[in-house]
Amino acid sequence: MKKVDLNLYKFDGLEHDAVADLTTLNAEDKEQLLMAGVDVDSEETSGTFLQVDHSNVHCGSTNKDVEVMDIKKALEKYDGLPDYYFKLVDKDKDEFTKSAAENLHGGYFVRTKKGAKIKAPVQSCLFLKAEQSGQNIHNIVVVEEDSELQIITGCAASHGKFTGAHFGISEIYIKKGGKLTFTMVHNWGENVTVRPRTVGVVEEGGVLLNNYVLLKKVKDVQSYPTIFLNGEGAVARFNSVLVAPEGSHIDTGTRIIMNAPNTRGEIISRTITTGGTIISRGHIQGNYAPARGHLECQGLLLGGGIIHAIPELEATVEGVELSHEAAVGKIAQEEIEYLMARGMDEEEATSTIVRGFLNVDDMGLPKKLQIEIDKQIAELDSSDAM
Amino acid sequence: MLKIEDLHVSIGDKEVIKGLNLHIKEGETFILFGPNGSGKTSLLMTLMGFSNYTVTKGKITFKGEDITYAPIYERARLGVGMSFQRPPTIHGLKTRHLVEMCGNGSKVDVERLAKKVNMETFLDRDINSGFSGGEIKRSELLQLMAQNPGMVLFDEPESGVDLENMHLIGEMVRTLLDGEIRPNLDLSMKEQKEMGSSTCGLIITHTGHILDYINADRGQVLYNGHLCCEARPRDILEHIRKYGYQECVKCLK
Repeated sequence: MKKVDLNLYKFDGLEHDAVADLTTLNAEDKEQLLMAGVDVDSEETSGTFLQVDHSNVHCGSTNKDVEVMDIKKALEKYDGLPDYYFKLVDKDKDEFTKSAAENLHGGYFVRTKKGAKIKAPVQSCLFLKAEQSGQNIHNIVVVEEDSELQIITGCAASHGKFTGAHFGISEIYIKKGGKLTFTMVHNWGENVTVRPRTVGVVEEGGVLLNNYVLLKKVKDVQSYPTIFLNGEGAVARFNSVLVAPEGSHIDTGTRIIMNAPNTRGEIISRTITTGGTIISRGHIQGNYAPARGHLECQGLLLGGGIIHAIPELEATVEGVELSHEAAVGKIAQEEIEYLMARGMDEEEATSTIVRGFLNVDDMGLPKKLQIEIDKQIAELDSSDAM
Repeated sequence: MLKIEDLHVSIGDKEVIKGLNLHIKEGETFILFGPNGSGKTSLLMTLMGFSNYTVTKGKITFKGEDITYAPIYERARLGVGMSFQRPPTIHGLKTRHLVEMCGNGSKVDVERLAKKVNMETFLDRDINSGFSGGEIKRSELLQLMAQNPGMVLFDEPESGVDLENMHLIGEMVRTLLDGEIRPNLDLSMKEQKEMGSSTCGLIITHTGHILDYINADRGQVLYNGHLCCEARPRDILEHIRKYGYQECVKCLK
C-alpha cells in the first residue's frame, strides 16, 4: 500500500451552507450527484443525505420508518451512540481511522424501524468539492429486526482533475431477520485518495447484499471491508465491478467471517484494467459448520495494467464448504469466435463481451443510475483503451 | 453451393482431415457419419473458420466465393450458420440481445422466433448460462433462425436431448432447411414445396434420429480424415448399426 501524506489535504475550514431543496441545485451539480447515485429529482426515495467536504448540507427522510441523520447530530441526540459508534471498527486501526475519530466532518446515521420494509432506497452522497479537500466520514447503518432497507451511496469529486482525500468509516449492523442492500458507486478522479474502513455484523437470518461499482479513474483506493456472520443462517453477498484505467491503483476486497451454522458468504468480483493496477482480494473464513462460502474473481487485461487476485479460503472446523474460481487474463477466444460465427467482426465481438462483463443489471439499481452506468460503460468502450 | 476440394486440415502438428472432397448443391442436405475422433467436428469447425483449425492445403468455395482463409464473420455474413455443440456462457449478454444481433442489420422479431422454440423465458437470461442440453440446442436454433443462413452446419442435433425436445428440434431444423411452409400464404402448400428452399445443410449424426424429421438424400462416412461410402443416409445408418465402422476400413484400403 502506498503511503498517504495527510499534509497534502485540508481537514479544516471547508464548510458549506445547507441546501434545503436539492432540486434547486444547478444542472452540473445534479449531473455529478447522479453519476454518484443520487437522483435529486427522484420521488422514489425514502431519504437523502448529502455531505460536501466538511459539511452535511442536506439530510432528511421522507419515510417515517427510517431515520436519516447527520452522524454528529445522532451522536448528540443518542448520547454518543454507545452501542454503535466505534464498536466494530478500531479507532486506532490506522492513521485514517484516527483522523476520522479525532476530527469528524460528518457522515450518515441511518436506522430502520423494527419490521419496516422500506421499498424506496435511501440515497447518500459524499462529495469532494473544494480543492485539496480532505474528508473524514463516519457512517452507521442499523437495520433493525425483520426490517428491509436499500441504501445507494455515491462518492464523487467535483471534476476529474480534482485533488482530494476521503477517509470513511462505516459500521453496519443487521439485526435478526433484517435485510440490507447496500450499493456503492465510486466516481472519484485521478488525484483522489480513498480509504474506506468498513465492518459489518449480520445476526440470525439477516442478509447483506453489497454492490460496488467503480468505473472511473481514481488515484488510489484501498479498502477491505470485513463482515461477520454471527447468527444462524446469516448471508452476505458481495458483488463488485471494477475498472482501472491507466493511473488507477485499486486495492480492494472483502472478508467474510462465518461464525454461525448455516451461514453463507459469497464474493464475486469482475475486474478490468486498461492500464491501471487492481489488487483483488477476498477472504472467507468458516468457523462453524455447516457453512458455505464461494469466492470468484474474473479479471480482464485490456491494454496493459496489472490484475493481482489474492483469494483466501480458510476453514477452521470440519464440515465447512468453501470454493473458489478465478480467471485472470484475456477474453476467451472461444467467446469471441462464438459471436463472430453470428456475424460480428472481432472488434464488435470483443466490445459485446466487455459490455456483458461489466453489466450490472443484476444489481437492481434505480433506472437513472443504471442509465448513467450504461453511459459510462459505453464511454469506456468507445475509448481507445478497449 | 459448397465445394470442398482436396482439403487438408491440421490442429497443431496433427493432420485431422486428409484430402477431403465434397460438393453440396443448393437446397441439398448432406449427412455426415463417422466414429468418434474421425474428423467430423473438425470439418465443421474448419468450414466456419475457427482459429485452431489450420488449412494446410485445398480450397473451400461457398456461393462461388473462395472462403478457405476468410475470417469467421465474413463466412457468417455470407450465409454460413453453425449450431454449436458446447457454446460458451457469456456473462451479461442476454439471449435476446444476441438473437437481435444475429440479424446482422435486418430486424429480427425475437419474440415470434423464441415462441417457436419455447425460449421466451430464456430471452432475458445470460446466453447459455445454466442451459440444459435441450435448451442449448433450442437457443442455437433460435440464433440460426435469426441469422437465416444459406448453409446450416449442425453437429449432432440429437445429443443431450430428450424425446419431446427432439421432436421440436427436428421440426425446427427442417424449417431452417426447407423454409416455412404454411397454409395461409398466397401459394398452395404444394407449390411452396415445389419451389423449394435454397438452404443447404451439413449435419453430423450418430444416432440418425434427425433423419426422421428432415429430407436428406445424400450421406457419407468420414473415417480417419477421409470420406468414403457415399449412399442414402438411411442405408448408411443401417449398415453401421449392423456392422459398425469396420467395413469403412476395408473400403479405404
